[in-house]
Amino acid sequence: MNKTVNQKAWFFVIPVFVLVAFNAIIPLMTVVNYAFQETFGNNQFMWEGTRWFKQILVSERFHAALGRQVLFTLIILVIQIPLGIFIALNMPKEGIGVPICLVLMSMPLLIPWNVVGAMWNIFALPDIGFLGHSLNAMGFDYNFTQQSGDAWFTTILMDVWHWTSLVVLLSYAGLRSIQPAYYQAAEIDGATRWAVFRHIELPKMKKVLTIAILLRFMDSFMIYTEPFVLTGGGPGNATAFLSIDLVKMALGQFDLGPAAAMSLIYFFIVLTVCWVFYNLMMRNESKS
Amino acid sequence: MSLELKGIEKKIGEETHIYSTDLKFEKNTINVLLGSTLAGKTTLMQIMAGLDKPTKGEIWFNDQNVTGVKVQKRNVSMVYQQFINYPNFTVKQNIASPLKITGIDNQEIDQRVSKVADLLKLTPMLDKKPNELSGGQQQRTALARALVKDSDLILLDEPLANLDFKLREELREELPKLFKDRDCIVVYATTEPSDALLIGGYTATLLEGKVIQHGKTLEVYNKPNNLDSAKVFSDPPMNIANINKKGEICSLLADNVTWKTNLNLRDGNYKVGIRPHNITTYKEGKNSIEISGKVLISELSGSESMIHFTNGDLNWVSLSEGIHQKDVGEETKLFMNSDEFLYFDNNDRLVGNV
Repeated sequence: MNKTVNQKAWFFVIPVFVLVAFNAIIPLMTVVNYAFQETFGNNQFMWEGTRWFKQILVSERFHAALGRQVLFTLIILVIQIPLGIFIALNMPKEGIGVPICLVLMSMPLLIPWNVVGAMWNIFALPDIGFLGHSLNAMGFDYNFTQQSGDAWFTTILMDVWHWTSLVVLLSYAGLRSIQPAYYQAAEIDGATRWAVFRHIELPKMKKVLTIAILLRFMDSFMIYTEPFVLTGGGPGNATAFLSIDLVKMALGQFDLGPAAAMSLIYFFIVLTVCWVFYNLMMRNESKS
Repeated sequence: MSLELKGIEKKIGEETHIYSTDLKFEKNTINVLLGSTLAGKTTLMQIMAGLDKPTKGEIWFNDQNVTGVKVQKRNVSMVYQQFINYPNFTVKQNIASPLKITGIDNQEIDQRVSKVADLLKLTPMLDKKPNELSGGQQQRTALARALVKDSDLILLDEPLANLDFKLREELREELPKLFKDRDCIVVYATTEPSDALLIGGYTATLLEGKVIQHGKTLEVYNKPNNLDSAKVFSDPPMNIANINKKGEICSLLADNVTWKTNLNLRDGNYKVGIRPHNITTYKEGKNSIEISGKVLISELSGSESMIHFTNGDLNWVSLSEGIHQKDVGEETKLFMNSDEFLYFDNNDRLVGNV
């Protein structure tokens, strides 16, 4: 059969290209533009080369924010992934309980992020908030607006409340796709509950868990709205994660050059970690 | 050693999955449960294994009542339609898994594993993981897991259903050999009559949660005690025609085809069951009867030709050896081997076969 060359198909790509250009490429290139120049009023620009990048990479402020960010993300993953799996394992598998649990689990995911922040802000207020007031009534010296430990505790609790459901729903979907015959085979072998989890459920959930970890990593690493509303990055800089620090630098101080350089570095970190993680998981997948 | 089901019944809610069933399987036998999907084969096996409890009735094993005894305490193996192996274990670890819990020392485990692996031609794959294997090899691994411990009862729930044709043929021929000289009862569930014939042993035909007939496979095949059993044990589906018998002359009600019979039956109306391979494009047997029909479809498959045709108000299926090309709509002549007819009365009970 003779194949004729027809390049008209490229026209079909144009809409997507335009869309991506507007929502990704053009904004990103603007940032790149700022990152290499000093910006003055009246749209005057001066070439600075890699100065902002060097400055950010050695800046203590960036290191501190990155440190807080990594710690936050680690804590989030360590709590949410096992907790999500645990809840999914204990969710009902049939009957009226299933839709009830699924709806309950989806609720936090449906609430706008700034509302979550505002809710928790009020909820945790030491004088009138239910959580803050109760903790103080129980004898804890709790005040998330003044003590950085409390601010961290509240932020993490909020994120766990908001996002564990995602891990639960993904794990639950993974668990439901395991054929009952696997459990029967394990029963015949006399396998313990732990062995069933370790050798059947966990390997079978591997793919959805990869997705869950990736999503939770990205979202928690880029978290902005909720801590911004809850603590505003405070007290001091205690909960100023990367994105909050970035906004402070860009819009608070109007240091557009360093802020642009920082966003590119930030973007690069997220991209690299996701890429490495995804490839590691996929390589294991093809090996086993 | 024997496995006996006494009045087993299974209801889930208001729905009856198994109607009162009595079955007895003897030591060192292969027993086929033959029935279409939803006939209750799997439910019955799970009750036999102890994975599921019957609503009513008792299960006796070796003259002991084991109703309600859990599966772990019963020394049972089961192979499923899906290839069930532990995904992160190697083939070797998978085969060894049923033994690990028994406390047998590692040396003996290794010995047994390599013996079974050899039997199932898995030796080159021992260090691979299940998802690196083909479907056939995965199912061999599952079979090896079932054979490695000396179970009293081995249950195979449509083990070949998910394999492609060639692998299925290959494994199907090996199966009876695998269970030979084993001190156990094998129960094999399948939807395919040809599986039952190839495996031999005993067959129980099932329909909608009822065991219709149980006996030696060939006996059940040759003398189905009623029409349902005959239908279950016929693929492609059996042709069933209404006939009238007067003296020694039988005639199709829908057509003027007649033949002689020496069956000792009262005159009247009967049904006759004719398996597709007893209607052919060539004469077979001493008492061949000609039947004419209009070709609906003709399917050729390898060395067989299946011709669907109409005669009277019935659609007939015939299966001939060799390639016989027929055009759609063609008027054709076929031959029925009346020696192989099965006669049923109006209550669908078998009243005679020649």
